[in-house]
Amino acid sequence: MGQLTLGLINGAFYAVLSLGLTVIFGMLRVINFTHGAQFTLGAFGAWMLLHYLKVPYWASLVIVPLVMALLGGLVERLLLKRLYEMNHLFQLLLTFGLAQMIEGTLAVLYGSSGKPFDNPMPGGMDLGFMFMPYYRAWVVVASLVVCLGTWWAIERTRLGAYLRASTDNPDLVRTFGIPVPRLMTLTYAFGVGLAALAGVLAGPIDQVKPSMGSGLIITVFAVVVIGGMGSIMGSIVTGFTLGLLEALTKVYYPPASSVVIFLVMAAVILVKPAGLFGRQP
Amino acid sequence: MRQYSKLIFAALALVLLVAPLLVYPIFATKLLCFALFAAAFNLLFGQAGLLSFGHALFFGGAAYCTGYALKTWGWNTEWAVLLGVVFATLAGVVVGVLSIRRQGIYFAMITLALAQMFYYFCVGAPFTGGDDGISAIPRRPVFGVIDITDDRTLYYVVAVTFFVAFALIYRIIYSPYGQVLRAIRDNEARAVSLGYAVDRYKLIAFVISAALAGLAGSLKVLVFRLASLVDVGWSTSGEVILMTLVGGIGTVFGPLVGAGFILTMQSYLQGYAQWVPVIQGLVFVVMVMLLPKGVVGEFMARVFKVQPAQVK
Amino acid sequence: MSGQANAIEVRDLQGHYGPSHVLHGMNFNVPTGQVVTLLGRNGAGKTTTLRAIMGLLRKRTGSIVVNGTQTMGQPPEQIAPLGVAYCPEERGIFPSLNVRENLLLPPVLAPGGFSTEEVVALFPRLAERYNSPGTKLSGGEQQMLAIARILRTGCRILLLDEPTEGLAPVIVQQIGDVLQELKRRGYTVLLVEQSLDFAMSVADLHCVVEHGQVVDQLSNDDLRAQPDRLQKYLGV
Repeated sequence: MGQLTLGLINGAFYAVLSLGLTVIFGMLRVINFTHGAQFTLGAFGAWMLLHYLKVPYWASLVIVPLVMALLGGLVERLLLKRLYEMNHLFQLLLTFGLAQMIEGTLAVLYGSSGKPFDNPMPGGMDLGFMFMPYYRAWVVVASLVVCLGTWWAIERTRLGAYLRASTDNPDLVRTFGIPVPRLMTLTYAFGVGLAALAGVLAGPIDQVKPSMGSGLIITVFAVVVIGGMGSIMGSIVTGFTLGLLEALTKVYYPPASSVVIFLVMAAVILVKPAGLFGRQP
Repeated sequence: MRQYSKLIFAALALVLLVAPLLVYPIFATKLLCFALFAAAFNLLFGQAGLLSFGHALFFGGAAYCTGYALKTWGWNTEWAVLLGVVFATLAGVVVGVLSIRRQGIYFAMITLALAQMFYYFCVGAPFTGGDDGISAIPRRPVFGVIDITDDRTLYYVVAVTFFVAFALIYRIIYSPYGQVLRAIRDNEARAVSLGYAVDRYKLIAFVISAALAGLAGSLKVLVFRLASLVDVGWSTSGEVILMTLVGGIGTVFGPLVGAGFILTMQSYLQGYAQWVPVIQGLVFVVMVMLLPKGVVGEFMARVFKVQPAQVK
Repeated sequence: MSGQANAIEVRDLQGHYGPSHVLHGMNFNVPTGQVVTLLGRNGAGKTTTLRAIMGLLRKRTGSIVVNGTQTMGQPPEQIAPLGVAYCPEERGIFPSLNVRENLLLPPVLAPGGFSTEEVVALFPRLAERYNSPGTKLSGGEQQMLAIARILRTGCRILLLDEPTEGLAPVIVQQIGDVLQELKRRGYTVLLVEQSLDFAMSVADLHCVVEHGQVVDQLSNDDLRAQPDRLQKYLGV
């Protein structure tokens, strides 16, 4: 049962991170390889604020994503934007290079072992069939709120309509007078903010390590291939489901638990290449 | 470029011949292994336009096979290397069939995910030696007669292998098959409408690239006498991409130049090993933003006004 | 009203799509309040010209003055507020949005445009399909939607690319009626049309385009008088 909560938590991270990747991909047609490093930077940011400036976790939860979003916007404006005319694979290479730089720098500064982050919500509640730590419940709830909030913003607001239309046909949207390039910067910034927020949430769960993002992001890539990046809700559902699936595998057949998601990915590619919620292959 | 091919290969042969007099044989041998790895990767990326983020699977997987065969089964060198290549070829078919079903960015993600899956498999499997890897791998005489315990002799064996493999890649690039591959890369829809079995062409390119990457990994084992998890990790996949990018995607000699640059840089940074990923990341960023055609590519474009077989 | 004699003035417009040189110096005016058509064979450069005016053609040189403002080098989002709206040949209905969202997407850029109610009154079919996904509409309904949504914006210069292509005569008639209403209200329309009949039924002025240049201009009266003047260009 404890495994299932872990599964829910992992699922929450898969959902938030694949949501960020999907949103960025939809607007910019770029797979943000830096996402994992931005997640790690979010966690480190919160840790650094706590360690050096005694800024509490709850403030970091707001400050870190905002600062990261700002930095993300700068990256898009100064670097990514210049590459749009080129083959999209070059943008992928750029984000990969940035990821290496960020993780490498963190490793140089802080070594490869982890830094502990105190649990801001110690204790838990007894649910009868299991013990649910407060913090973990908070992570799941916060992730759900963020995911559903993003879904609502994209599917039900005017700005979201602009984003969805720009995903379909950015040039035409510009002819209506809508500054699509600025929307793209905003979208990237938002995606980065999401990754950083997930990082802050992740900090207290385990340790804060420079490598915490890279393994995770590769699994999230598999999640994204399975889900298909065709819909926001699809990414969210796929993320949570795969987290739970991973946990179940750990309970019933542990040796396969680290690879089960990749196996599902292989199966989905063979049967439905566009992904479960994808639109075109 | 084509007309001078005999001249070029003669020059290459000359360079290969004298290299051990100019640099340490071990370094030169290492360079050739990675140059081959990069050339194999470039065949897929530069000619077919397929960016694989998981080539370490073939490189490292073949390394493990060759290492294990040499150390634990006592095989002869040539058979152990062949085993590595066979593994890489078969793995290339499996990974290729899965990945080619999607294009572009999805293709890259799938190759990365599959390589990562293989990495986790290697972490857990007993015969890989886990974190320690397979070490102290013996260097048996090639064909029973050529003693490769001497670094210089090993260099020449690897150099000959490299030369042959490189010539093969060159032949492929400038063959009708290569032309079709580039046509598919530039405008797949058009190639389909012209009746080409596009997926089959891509798969063949993928498998050849995987096999040669495996050859590079197997040779590397002879040089270092070690096969480890790093060889199947995503940083190795990233490194070969970097070498190709620095040298020039789609150029013939780019991989050689790129491998030389990166390996030289790494040897200079010996004392600062932890800075290597940061600097490599920086090189990535600088290359993509300022010199996307790579050193050789930019040189060809500016000096000879030639556009190499480019990824557009 | 803008007060300018010409809503659009195009001088020596050169345009490239990548390596191909499509526009070789377009020169023409679109007088305010008139309907002007671009006629010509496929590939003559008519659509490219519309895209250039809208700012969608990246490699363009020359001069395009809209309502007195030079727009060469401007991106589309800065040209639209000058009062220009574009309806592409593919109609451009967004699949990710439903009909209502498609209709309401373009923001109102100037006062005096059609209100939502007026637009729905012009095209009643749209209200019935409000919540359908954009792609589930028929060709005619998509065309109506594409025109309806730009009427809401208040832009009084419309660039329409083959609005009647592939549509049933009943709907073509409807679109013709809408254009007549727009003329009454003083709108300026630059129209690319393959159907000569439709062009003659609504236009004041015709520009014949061949190989990226305007090779002839004639008023609608001239055309009615000498219908075979177009023979050599259109090879009809």
